[in-house]
Formats: sequence, C-alpha cells, structure tokens
Amino acid sequence: MNRSRRRVLELGGGVAALGAAAAAGLIPAGAAAAAWNKPGFESKAAADAIKSLGASGMTESRDIAITAPDIAENGAVVPIAVTSRIPNTESISILAEKNPFPLAATFDIAPGTEGYASVRIKMGQTSHVRAVVKAGGKFYTASKEVKVTVGGCG
Amino acid sequence: MAEPMRIRATLQGDVADVRILMRHPMETGQRKNPKGEIIPVHFIQSVVVTHNGKTVFDAQWSQAISRDPFLGLRIKGAKAGDKVSVTWTDNKGDKRTDEATVAASS
Repeated sequence: MNRSRRRVLELGGGVAALGAAAAAGLIPAGAAAAAWNKPGFESKAAADAIKSLGASGMTESRDIAITAPDIAENGAVVPIAVTSRIPNTESISILAEKNPFPLAATFDIAPGTEGYASVRIKMGQTSHVRAVVKAGGKFYTASKEVKVTVGGCG
Repeated sequence: MAEPMRIRATLQGDVADVRILMRHPMETGQRKNPKGEIIPVHFIQSVVVTHNGKTVFDAQWSQAISRDPFLGLRIKGAKAGDKVSVTWTDNKGDKRTDEATVAASS
C-alpha cells in the first residue's frame, strides 16, 4: 500500500515536469511573468524548496504575520494570508511543509504593492505553514501550525 | 474553455484591495479517476496582475493551490477608476485575461 503510494507520487512528479516543460515553451520569452521555479515546485522536501528560492541563513521575523486557521477541517481549502511589514518586501513564498510538494506559491511583489498576499491552498496533513519573505536581498521567515482534519491532496 | 474571473477592486484610502476568484480545476496529478487512472496535473502556474498597465504582482503557483483559486492583494497608490488587469496561465498553456476598475469605497 505504502509502496504503491510512493509510485503515485513519483508519477505525479513526472507529469508535472512534462507540463512545466510544455508551458515553458508556450510562454513567450518576453512575457512579464517571472520564470516558474521548476526545481522549487518539484522539491519533495521543504528544505530543498527553500534552497531553490535562494534563501540561506533566513532570519525568524516577527514582522511577518501568517493568518491561517488553527484547525482546518477541509484540507482542500485552507485560507492563508501573509502580511509582511518588512520594508521593501520583494517576494513572499508559502510552503506547507508536509505536502508532497511543499512549495505552494511564490508572489513577486513590485515596489508600490503592499507586502500582502492571500490565497487558498491544499494541505495533505497537519503541518507547519511557512512564509519566506525576501526583502532587500535578505530572507526572513515565520511559520504557523495548521491542524488538518481531512487531507486535501488525494 | 476558461471561464471568466471575478475581480473586485475596492479603494481603502489610497490602497486598492483586490480580490480575484478564478475558475480552474487545479488538478494535483495525484487523484485517480474511478478506473484507477491518474488524472493528469492541470493547474495555474502564473498569475500576473497589472495596475494601469504596470505589473505590480506576479504569482507563481504549484498544484497545491485550491480548486477555483482565490487571490487577494493590495495595490498602493491607487485611485478610483484605475484599471486592474489579471492574466493567468496554466501548465497546458491556457490563458485568460480579465480586467476590472477600481471602485471607490462605499
């Protein structure tokens, strides 16, 4: 049972790779969109995903607020909002650490936009939700545990 | 195929509170159909938000974003009547762009 689940996960990853490759070809090079962080989104460990963001030596920061439920009854829809009060916030990334692919989203924020992003994510199981904020070339982080009653990845 | 987004942009002081609701299945590639075959991944990879033509917010997503995604952001220095445009692109290359006008706070 466990073995077959492993296979499913691997297969899922393979398909994701194909999809990403197809999309990469279809998005014109001149588009404003930042390049999709393929290695990061395909990392199966939170540490690898964080590394893919270029974040090493992150500082825990109290200026990052994660708004998320303490208990999420439905793992398929977990509302997460991240507010960064750090000046010059350039990007906010959201990771659900125990998801099959922990990195859920990266938001690149132009100057003049508030360091705020709100989104709804799927969570497979109870886990810490981590926000990684890049500001002025440095990385800051904060996390909050969200208990999931029914997983939303299956 | 892609259905229209619902975009609401409301002014609060000089900050536009933008809320976007997209219609998309956001398949994870981990679910199986009743025959036991894996449903291929299909999800929005990129969402770009522009304010009067200037990119202000650029989101990159994985399949972990919920079905029919919601996105909230706040644009500083906005005025009533400003144009906010949102474009998403999924992993199959499908795209959709919709536009809204910033409304004064009621």
